[in-house]
Amino acid sequence: MDTMTAIAIVSIFTAGLTIALGSIGPGLGEGRAVANALTALAQQPDASATITRTLFVGLAMIESIAIYCFVISMIVLFANPFWNYAIAHAART
Amino acid sequence: MRLSSDQLIVWQHGFVVLNGTIAFTWALMAVLVAGSWLITRNLATGQQRSRWQNLLEITVIGIVGQIGEVGLGNPRKYLGFLGTLFLFLALACICNVFPGYEPPTGSLSTTTALALCVFVVVPWYGIRDQGLGGYLKSFIEPTVIMLPFNVIGELSRTLALAVRLFGNMMSGTMIVAILLTITPFIFPVAMSALGLLTGMVQAYIFTILACVYIAAATGGQKTTPATTP
Repeated sequence: MDTMTAIAIVSIFTAGLTIALGSIGPGLGEGRAVANALTALAQQPDASATITRTLFVGLAMIESIAIYCFVISMIVLFANPFWNYAIAHAART
Repeated sequence: MRLSSDQLIVWQHGFVVLNGTIAFTWALMAVLVAGSWLITRNLATGQQRSRWQNLLEITVIGIVGQIGEVGLGNPRKYLGFLGTLFLFLALACICNVFPGYEPPTGSLSTTTALALCVFVVVPWYGIRDQGLGGYLKSFIEPTVIMLPFNVIGELSRTLALAVRLFGNMMSGTMIVAILLTITPFIFPVAMSALGLLTGMVQAYIFTILACVYIAAATGGQKTTPATTP
């Protein structure tokens, strides 16, 4: 198994693992946030505008953690810096 | 697979390369500037006014209201920056309905530039409102021990602003592109509708976060009550 194959295997595996593990936390967090917002909405329907606005802002901020993981996995898959290193290394030898 | 519109070469002459991001940004700027110029060319103050002026007034009043609700007193002072930011991001997202268009915010260069604008403008407003000493004092706000954390927070939130917007817009286009190869007919439409929603929410979030940062830097609000008409 040469270097390129090893890098490919590790990259694909890591990309899957990144998005899998990285979406667990934001999933739980968004669930809690929405549940609490629904409770608050049921108790105080008058404040629905403020609650909804804050909920959306909070959801987007929680979701951005999952987005970071997605960006990392995309970088690992499509813009992997180690590819270039391995290619340059292979060309030199 | 293209990760962003940076790799889309529109025009090239020698070492001058015009990539898709710059071209679409210029197109959006042209639309915004031409639209503003056309609408504000003949503004009416009476009952009779054009429907475009109505649209303009709704937009401006809505943005001013949102800025005011976040806690910035005197929202009109910040309308120029925050309003432009929101309009650009919203238009960049809405134009996704046109085929062949790729949002310039789906490129890390654009979002980094916008985040750097926020990074520069926050101390500027802070210093203008509180003076240099007052702004620098906000870094050691609870205690002096918090100084490095405040500095790191200032930097990391700029990074977070850039990567959040980039990731959301990029994932929207990428998911549609991947789905087109798997289920080409109905499902990508639903996903692009979802992409429109998340894009608008992200435009809103970006503006509101910039607003919150400015509000934090200008330090509590000397609210001017009952001056808003």
